[in-house]
Amino acid sequence: MTQNHLITSASLLGGAPQDILIAEGVVVALGADAAAHPAAADATVLDATGLVALPGLVDVHTHLREPGREDAETVETGTRAAALGGYTAVHAMANSSPVADTAGVVEQVHSLGQAAGWVDVRPVGAVTIGLAGERLAELGAMAESRAQVRMFSDDGICVHDPVLMRRALEYVKAFDGVIAQHAQEPRLTEGAQMNEGDVSAVLGLAGWPAVAEESIIARDVLLAQHVDSRLHVCHVSTAGSVEIIRWAKQRGIKVTAEVTPHHLLLTDELVRSYDPVYKVNPPLRTQEDVLALRQALAEGVIDVIGTDHAPHPSEHKECEWAQAAMGMTGLETALSVIQHTMVETGLMGWADVARVMSEAPAGIGRLEDQGRPIAVGEPANIVLVDPAARWKVDGAAMATKGRNTPFQGMELPGRVTATFFHGHPTVLDGALNTPRHGAGA
Amino acid sequence: MKHLLSTQDLSRKDALDILDTAEEMAQVGQREVKKLPALRGRTVVNLFFEDSTRTRISFEAAAKRLSADVINFSAKGSSVSKGESLKDTAQTLAAIGADAVVIRHWASGAPQRLANTDWIDARILNAGDGTHEHPTQALLDAFTMRRHWAKLAGTGSAGTDLSGMRVAIAGDVLHSRVARSNVWLLRTLGATVTLVAPPTLLPVGVDAWPCEVSYDLDATLEQGVDAMMMLRVQKERMNASFFPSAREYSRRWGFDDARLEALDRHGLKDTIIMHPGPMNRGLEISSAAADSARSTILDQVSNGVSVRMAALYLLLTGGRDDETSTSHAATEGIPA
Ligand SMILES: [Zn+2]
Repeated sequence: MTQNHLITSASLLGGAPQDILIAEGVVVALGADAAAHPAAADATVLDATGLVALPGLVDVHTHLREPGREDAETVETGTRAAALGGYTAVHAMANSSPVADTAGVVEQVHSLGQAAGWVDVRPVGAVTIGLAGERLAELGAMAESRAQVRMFSDDGICVHDPVLMRRALEYVKAFDGVIAQHAQEPRLTEGAQMNEGDVSAVLGLAGWPAVAEESIIARDVLLAQHVDSRLHVCHVSTAGSVEIIRWAKQRGIKVTAEVTPHHLLLTDELVRSYDPVYKVNPPLRTQEDVLALRQALAEGVIDVIGTDHAPHPSEHKECEWAQAAMGMTGLETALSVIQHTMVETGLMGWADVARVMSEAPAGIGRLEDQGRPIAVGEPANIVLVDPAARWKVDGAAMATKGRNTPFQGMELPGRVTATFFHGHPTVLDGALNTPRHGAGA
Repeated sequence: MKHLLSTQDLSRKDALDILDTAEEMAQVGQREVKKLPALRGRTVVNLFFEDSTRTRISFEAAAKRLSADVINFSAKGSSVSKGESLKDTAQTLAAIGADAVVIRHWASGAPQRLANTDWIDARILNAGDGTHEHPTQALLDAFTMRRHWAKLAGTGSAGTDLSGMRVAIAGDVLHSRVARSNVWLLRTLGATVTLVAPPTLLPVGVDAWPCEVSYDLDATLEQGVDAMMMLRVQKERMNASFFPSAREYSRRWGFDDARLEALDRHGLKDTIIMHPGPMNRGLEISSAAADSARSTILDQVSNGVSVRMAALYLLLTGGRDDETSTSHAATEGIPA
């Protein structure tokens, strides 16, 4: 028997306050029915007055670093961070060591996630063996494994060979898979350190031009159209990419796109400090790009938020810019950054937040029991957010091992107060509670 | 002025302060005993992550003429090449008691990292970082130009700027920290700057810089130039398709004998020819141009010591915060 929970007066997707009754991992009653339901009798009551209830968040793009770089992050620490950020599922990227390019590795990551019990961990399979861009990994074996991989990506590296990309897109149709592309033309970005533009010209840092992203996206949407397959574009970062994706969607091409919270808020002006905490791939772009990305997310041209949570040990950031690793943490700040950039600017409501941070990501990854509406009979993956809260970001206080948050010291709105993962509170009162398997069993 | 990291953030007052102090330091260079006690007991570390004998000996001479203790720390063949981080190196230098660190680094922004972090509390002098900046080179170039410009005006150079001077800088601007530092500083001092380069060797974003851009060296010369600065072009750029061949480069953008003659043809009798060195004779500059009476190349080298003395002095002594106390502070009480 798991503990039943009665959440009272929660604002569902920002709407009128309602009660939510959770029993046996499922939403069993809503509204006036909830308190009257027999399962409410021994339920723990949680007063959610003033809080917004959203479906548990789903990240399409997380680097959990295990196996191989447990000094940077483990499945345990990364999924604790995820739960605190309001997530109930994350897609673990394949660039671990060994690379997640076999059924064995994806099953290992999947079971580590189950053992941790904080969120669903859905491994992403590598497209090519060892991310080498030469031969297809055993995509079918990963799809059939216990990890049931549906998303494949060489993220960190672009599948730049057009024939290989075409074959991958075609092959995954056999099991309804999707290729998530890290769009970066390699020759145009050799040695690239930051966005190529006015700031790179002054700083003398090698440029990462927008065209290196846009040319790959243009090619890939045409390939996806040609073979009628599903393409997902990771971390879209430029205004030009938005235009290409808009065009592709208008033509009915099966493309989805993701944007990171940091690309919705930060610009390459921050690189003037040469502080590598702002070094990320794709790089921070211009204010014009930031505004185009926000608009695209609001309009649905960009479908989802992906954190690209990329923890690094501090020695990989406490160095020269050119020596530093690329990447930022994001799981524990994502929802606040979205509230700040999209909700408080009036571009989106909470129902839109649920769409881009839960429903659509679950759809892309084909996660059947995630991203569902908060309705009777649905799995109780629910996050409660206090939209009136303000907090100051402190990397040292986070659950992730990574201290590389680019939002350090910023005051952000919105605080996750509780996360329910299949009915079990992994987070209560804004702090970690217990993982799911330990719950009342 | 706590550090000297770039000319972009160098105020006009600080720039003129350095140049005026350098004039005083230059007087010392004329004496038989070329030494001042100003930095006695101070430790200056030359931290070089990239070979540059020219720059290192210039800083070393400058620090020694001010009686500082000098430690040369070359990252090659040291613990640094064995993987020690910049942070550990900086903390080591802090523990040794370095008062100033002169840093040359292949990575853009490395000096700013030292200045912005709590790894070390010393004064930081950028002696060239990646393709970012080389502020003391620009200051010595400006010093050289200012002497020339003041002489033409028939005045002393102390306190003057470069108003009205037309400076052209030709070559590999994209990879040049010298070009960047010069663009900002010369603009601050009132000169107009034209960058001349093949479009492949200009950064995307150059249109936002406070200067003109030209692809045509002959047209630029024809419009009139008071100082022509040639930048070093590395032959390996050719292999990365920045230009088709060394011959084509030098024909279109090199300062060759024909262009040297063109200066006379255009009536530019007072135009000086500059180069930060080391030169590729026959590529970006012909021997006749480099060795002509117009050339200031060796003056630039000797002025480099004066300018670096001024920078070290001002950073380590707090310098001359009071505008009226500008002269003699450095040399006061020292018998000539
Ligand atoms: Zn990526």
